[in-house]
Amino acid sequence: MLNFLARRLVQLVPTLFFVSVLIFSLQQLLPGDPALVMAGEERDPAVIAQIRQQYRLDQPVPIQYVYWVKGVLSGDFGESLRNKMPVRELIAQKLPVTIQLGSMAIVIAFLIGIPAGIISAVKKGTAWDYGANLFALWGISTPNFWLGIMLIFLFSIQLGWLPASGYVPLTENWRASLAATIMPAFVLGNAIAAILMRHTRSAMLQVLESDYVRTARAKGLLERSVILKHAMRNALTPVITLGALELGTLLSGAVLTEQIFSIPGFGKLIVDAVFNRDYAVVQGVVLTTATIYITLNLIADIAYVLVNPRLRT
Amino acid sequence: MTDAVLGTIPVTVAEQVESPARRAFRRLLKRKGAVAGLIVIAAFMLMAVFAPLIAPYDPIATSWSAVRKAPSAAHWFGTDDLGRDILARVLYGARASLVAGAISVAIALSIGVPLGLLSGYRGGFIDALISRITDAMLACPFLILAIALAAFLGPSLGNAMIAIGISATPIFVRLTRGQVMSVKVEDYIEAARAMGNPRWRIALFHILPNIMPALLVQATLAIAAAIIAEAALSFLGLGQQPPAPSWGSMLNSAQRFLTTAPWMAVWPGLAIFLIVLSFNLVGDGLRDALDPRER
Repeated sequence: MLNFLARRLVQLVPTLFFVSVLIFSLQQLLPGDPALVMAGEERDPAVIAQIRQQYRLDQPVPIQYVYWVKGVLSGDFGESLRNKMPVRELIAQKLPVTIQLGSMAIVIAFLIGIPAGIISAVKKGTAWDYGANLFALWGISTPNFWLGIMLIFLFSIQLGWLPASGYVPLTENWRASLAATIMPAFVLGNAIAAILMRHTRSAMLQVLESDYVRTARAKGLLERSVILKHAMRNALTPVITLGALELGTLLSGAVLTEQIFSIPGFGKLIVDAVFNRDYAVVQGVVLTTATIYITLNLIADIAYVLVNPRLRT
Repeated sequence: MTDAVLGTIPVTVAEQVESPARRAFRRLLKRKGAVAGLIVIAAFMLMAVFAPLIAPYDPIATSWSAVRKAPSAAHWFGTDDLGRDILARVLYGARASLVAGAISVAIALSIGVPLGLLSGYRGGFIDALISRITDAMLACPFLILAIALAAFLGPSLGNAMIAIGISATPIFVRLTRGQVMSVKVEDYIEAARAMGNPRWRIALFHILPNIMPALLVQATLAIAAAIIAEAALSFLGLGQQPPAPSWGSMLNSAQRFLTTAPWMAVWPGLAIFLIVLSFNLVGDGLRDALDPRER
């Protein structure tokens, strides 16, 4: 186990290095003089000077990179060119909103995806299985921004049940907060539910054919207890770790969902930054997402080894 | 020369029975979902190619006397906030979506497959290097990476395709590498090596054909993802620039008129859903049809 952990951690070093190179290189893609592009239409000489100084544009590229990484490692992601706030503070401000939205989405995804997957595996080849598979296809193929717009039309404009946009912090008023986030959370959770359903279905099908399930049935156990106690527990382990990897889908989805529902989260931060040509914020957001993803990936890997004794060598 | 002769003999023998490609196609046609998907994709392609002949109006011609009109006999899908015919814009919008789907996946394949072949076949330091870069790219969520790339490259349909293509590349590197690793230990690869074939020849003519099925399935599913990504970038203003029609940017303007003109949001969204669903159906069908275990 310790060996595995050590090897896994050592592997992270080059990955993180390349992530930083990748995100740093983004600014090399800017056409022409980056300082002029970043300064926007006004081309205020003071702003241009600040950009040159902040990015050390007068230095060679590798030196720029070293300064940039030094800053990042000490938690300094630079400063937003628009509102002069440190990027780190902006991210810290917006991240909790997306965490709330994401957690609700994950709960919704598990509540829909796992039962649907189990039912379709147990009732393979029936109308139930067919229906669950159609649901999965629908979930994977529906663009979440369209689903969001359609839900706003139905629940906010036609029925008037839920607010169309905006956000209230959970600590301020939990009812209003849930009302404002339930639609976007469903939109986000829907696609992940579809993926989880497919994983659950195939894991369950595999487990249901295994010897110990046959033994359990042969013992004369109730079918319900065979499925819930014997099959499900073993089938769900890989599903849960695979679920953790859907974080990327979640964060990608949050970008559009937050935009549609005007939720001031992490996803909206990157979109606003793109429109304002606030490149330091774009880099900071991508870097933070990648770090969160890598960390969760690591945790999922360790959890997988912990629950699967055969891998614990 | 001998190599070429030896290479052709098994192929002709196999063809007398049934070529693998033909067998896969026959099995694909047995799946209703995949056939429906193929028909819808073909219909959208025809729409995109013949848009100027089918479209009832010019997709960018504005008309102040027909602003936000509900669907009617004159405008089947209604009109938008500038009085443009939505049916015409949906028809022309198919061009941007299909071209973006095809070109971005072509970019991802043309970078990802050679790197994956190199990584899986050579092993060693090159493999470690390519794998770590792939890990780094996979750590950035697909759409966020595409948005960041499109933002730095500048907003245009071409740049959106490049951004989506690059973001989709690591999936193909990883898939190709994994497939190569499992194929390269097979006896026929050993045989090809024993005959003195150079490495590049083994990689291109012995390994690549054998990993094609997996790549084909992944490419089909990737087109679906790329079409959604293009719509998303256009929705955010990073793809096709107005007034040129694209389904994503149509949805963006539709959101502002949801109370007064909901039809503006229905049609482009439905079009994206249908084409993406079709590529997913064909991809799933191909996976089953190409799976040797289901023979």
